[in-house]
Amino acid sequence: MGSRSSHAARIPDVDSLRRETGFSQASLRRLYDRFQALDRTGKGYLSRLDLQQIGALAVNPLGDRIIDSFFPDGSLRLDFPGFVRVLAHFRPVDEEEEGNRDPKEPEPLNSRMNKLRFAFQLYDLDRDGKISRHEMLQALRLMVGVQVTEEQLESIADRTVQEADEDGDGAVSFLEFAKSLEKMNIEQKMSIRILK
Amino acid sequence: MDGTELAGQILYTWLTLVFGLILLPSAFGVSLGISEIYMKILVKTLEVSPWSDAALPPRSALAGAGRGTRGIIQRDESPMEKGLSGLRGRDFELSDVFYFSKKGLEAIVEDEVTQRFSSEELVSWNLLTRTNVNFQYVSPRLTAVWVLGVIVRYCVLLPLRLTLAFIGISLFVIGTTLVGQLPRNRLKNLLSELVHLTCCRICVRALSGTIHYHNRQYRPQKGGICVANHTSPIDVLILTTDGCYTMVGQVHGGLMGIIQRAMVKACPHVWFERSEMKDRHLVIKRLKEHIAHKKELPILIFPEGTCINNTSVMMFKKGSFEIGGTIHPVAIKYNPQFGDAFWNSSKYNIVSYLLRVMTSWAIVCDVWYMPPMTREEGEDAVQFANRVKSAIAVQGGLTELPWDGGLKRAKVKDAFKEEQQKNYSKMIVGNGSLKSELD
Repeated sequence: MGSRSSHAARIPDVDSLRRETGFSQASLRRLYDRFQALDRTGKGYLSRLDLQQIGALAVNPLGDRIIDSFFPDGSLRLDFPGFVRVLAHFRPVDEEEEGNRDPKEPEPLNSRMNKLRFAFQLYDLDRDGKISRHEMLQALRLMVGVQVTEEQLESIADRTVQEADEDGDGAVSFLEFAKSLEKMNIEQKMSIRILK
Repeated sequence: MDGTELAGQILYTWLTLVFGLILLPSAFGVSLGISEIYMKILVKTLEVSPWSDAALPPRSALAGAGRGTRGIIQRDESPMEKGLSGLRGRDFELSDVFYFSKKGLEAIVEDEVTQRFSSEELVSWNLLTRTNVNFQYVSPRLTAVWVLGVIVRYCVLLPLRLTLAFIGISLFVIGTTLVGQLPRNRLKNLLSELVHLTCCRICVRALSGTIHYHNRQYRPQKGGICVANHTSPIDVLILTTDGCYTMVGQVHGGLMGIIQRAMVKACPHVWFERSEMKDRHLVIKRLKEHIAHKKELPILIFPEGTCINNTSVMMFKKGSFEIGGTIHPVAIKYNPQFGDAFWNSSKYNIVSYLLRVMTSWAIVCDVWYMPPMTREEGEDAVQFANRVKSAIAVQGGLTELPWDGGLKRAKVKDAFKEEQQKNYSKMIVGNGSLKSELD
């Protein structure tokens, strides 16, 4: 039978995870329960297949890319710290926390820059720090499927790259990406609030 | 010598008690009221007791909003257009990727389907360790009650239930084999019904089952098809206690296989080989033949195809609705406070599942029979299936989900992804901004 009470003590390295991700104890517990629920066969880690079986994710046009962001550098196993680190990017920004932050500490995972970096790497497949026209086309193709012709897609891609590209190298670097979105309310668009 | 004699005496008294108080009355469909008294005590202890309040979770306020609607993240359910509105309106932008990534990560943190394949969380603890998920503080007094509960469940109830189950199944196999020797006539049918009903009642007592049947005037008639939501193999037991059905299913090996072969001798059930199950047309043809006579017992089918955790109803497979004939929907809702009936087949095999059920307090459920439905003009099988599904969901107080229960094993169809892609394309291409580019 066994007890299923998932006390915080059962989560490995819970204190260092709290510091690193900024999640509260209760949120970490909820995420740990979720991690275990997704790990259907009880392996202790998640594989790509476990995430692919989430229906709502499989129908998401960017589903595969999102799954890729959990498995950096070709790794095949996702442990709980890795799971939580990616989710930490979407933690809502706490105003108070921002003010009190010690500038010597590394940037929190849910800062504006890190949220932008997360979005950037959904486009930048080869991780060269730039979104080339080709990568833009690929991402667009994922989002529209077979609904749009090649020409239309190419013109959209060209326009977007042109608008964001400042140094004229035909690709969008991370800084150009961040600049083109500086007026956007990233904090609200890329935040998921976990209810206690 | 004395030891074995004593043991023999105890066993003898035990069996006589069991026979007299439980088996005989089951044969006549009469209840002596012992289980009612047990249920009353149980209800008093679990639902009204002051000490169980000490173990209420901090989220009890949210929980009151209704089972199955609790979410762990704040959801923004605005449609794609609103979620994608960027700096410039509706053209493609670099930021569009935010919307999809947010939706994707929301799905990873919480999705409608996966949570349906784990047991429902309870509002207040029912003194079973297995449901103690987020009740952290357990006082010494509560622990004492819990220990008492464990003793009662494992030392008193479990042996009793195992004995009953053993007797019930053996009687069933022997009874149906004996009845099977008779030629096909009315006497055979009567006897077969008697054997079925008696043994099912015994097995239900083996689980301490309390079943409330509602609207018995709509009980499925001969020549019809009975359709119900599926939570566990016990569903079959619960429905068969109130009437005989023709079962449909795959031939299994082991104990199930023995039971299946015995059943088929007394009463014509429809069992398929594994290879035959893949051929949909063959299955439908055989079922059509079965109901053509209108004199056979109603067929029992679970169109979801898999066990769901009893908080929702998932997609009904259209196959059962293509056979024709009258559909008699039945809604089954278990009360999780007394015992969780959901079979999580990826987590537990059938034996550990049955042991868990037998060491719960009881299985309490409501069965609603509903008025028969037939396919209307111009309605195809899928629409009919959805109509029946909604009716069952409303009656049983369950949420309705369009997803396929088979999702827990297989990947979702691409058609759904194409829907999303279509919506998005319409937005960025169809609004005329592109035309200005091409001019």
